[in-house]
Amino acid sequence: MSEASYTPLTRPRMAARVARDIEEGWYVNLGIGIPTLIADQVGDREVIFHSENGLLGMGPAPASDRVDPWLINAGKQHVTLNKGGSFFHHADSFAMIRGGHLDLCVLGAFEVARNGDIANWATSVHDNAPAVGGAMDLAVGAARVWVVMEHLTREGRPRLVESCSYPLTALGVVQRIYTNLAVIDVTSRGFVLRETVPGLSLSDLQAMTDAPLLIEENPHG
Amino acid sequence: MIDKFVRSVADAIGYVTDGSVVLVGGFGSVGQPNALIEGLIEQGAKDLTVVANNAGTGHTGLAKLMELGRVRRILCSFPRSAGSVVFEELYKAGKIELEIVPQGTLAERLRAAGAGIPAFFTPTAVGTRLAEGKEEREFNGRRYVMETALPGDLALVEAWRADRLGNLTYRESGRNFNPVMAMAGKVAVVQSQHIAEAGEIDPEIIVTPGIFVDRVVHLPVGDPVA
Repeated sequence: MSEASYTPLTRPRMAARVARDIEEGWYVNLGIGIPTLIADQVGDREVIFHSENGLLGMGPAPASDRVDPWLINAGKQHVTLNKGGSFFHHADSFAMIRGGHLDLCVLGAFEVARNGDIANWATSVHDNAPAVGGAMDLAVGAARVWVVMEHLTREGRPRLVESCSYPLTALGVVQRIYTNLAVIDVTSRGFVLRETVPGLSLSDLQAMTDAPLLIEENPHG
Repeated sequence: MIDKFVRSVADAIGYVTDGSVVLVGGFGSVGQPNALIEGLIEQGAKDLTVVANNAGTGHTGLAKLMELGRVRRILCSFPRSAGSVVFEELYKAGKIELEIVPQGTLAERLRAAGAGIPAFFTPTAVGTRLAEGKEEREFNGRRYVMETALPGDLALVEAWRADRLGNLTYRESGRNFNPVMAMAGKVAVVQSQHIAEAGEIDPEIIVTPGIFVDRVVHLPVGDPVA
């Protein structure tokens, strides 16, 4: 790999990049981790955030002296409720998810395969006390599933892969991936590169990606 | 006159047989019926199957029930959390059976049990290890797995407000699994922060109608502690 002459995006800038593509009026669920940071980046657009534990219209974290102990999000952090927000029980909450009522779900992931398979809940088949939460429901239910994650693992292995090595969360659901290096669409032909950070060559990015990166002006998906 | 109020946690819990399936409301520490769990600990039933989103934290409540060796099997979507030490040790030692259920499937299995639906097909978990061994069918070109209803012998519920007929309201994110567990429990037992006269709760805002509720104990325990 050539000398790095590019700067990977920080986590907040990754979140800001995803936020740019979220449209006014969308109902959106944000997974735990980097996706959570997206809520603060949508600016003036009215976007309604959903939380699995029964909230629509979730607002930002409260000031430390304004914490409402009854109001938490799916990550069990204290949050606020925006005007027009609502509460509902878990079966209704997942009816919204599975029923296709969410416009978008943004998830973190360990791996995404070129066919859109996602692995984001367990790191091995023999994981100690695995925990799935709502990940599998979100991945199959939302109208759009986007993933935001680092391009490489901490050990330097690609997270965009030919096929997932970790236990799967859902099959063929991911439509777009935002990493600290690039934006990539998942199409019926595989990964299609949409943009990279300035100064990063296609060959360097390809070397960090475990499946072919296609480039096309007018994708037919 | 119908009066579902009872005076104590022990009266609310009543007699629980060994081997019962117990549904426990709450998501994290919010909406969790801690006093009723303590009552179940006191009551002494063992060989229990517990259904709860999380597997307890620290050494109190659900964690204590497990630490005392009274839980044979637990069904959870997210057993692991900061402080779920008791569960993790029991699981590692092979002293507790775990069934991981996707959160939405857990909620729907409970709802189905309360609604007289023995099974349903869901797209969740298709092609994953959580669908292994389960019947699969295709509808309109999409794959679905069959999941079965999850009824309980006893449901433990925390409410915000209750009347003598068992009508309930909840507070904010304290609602979570409580309404579907009240529906799915053969006996549904409630600890309520506040009580009201019959007719005092606006019928338009009642979340769990009293038909799903058997006993209510008034316990103004205050805010959940994170």
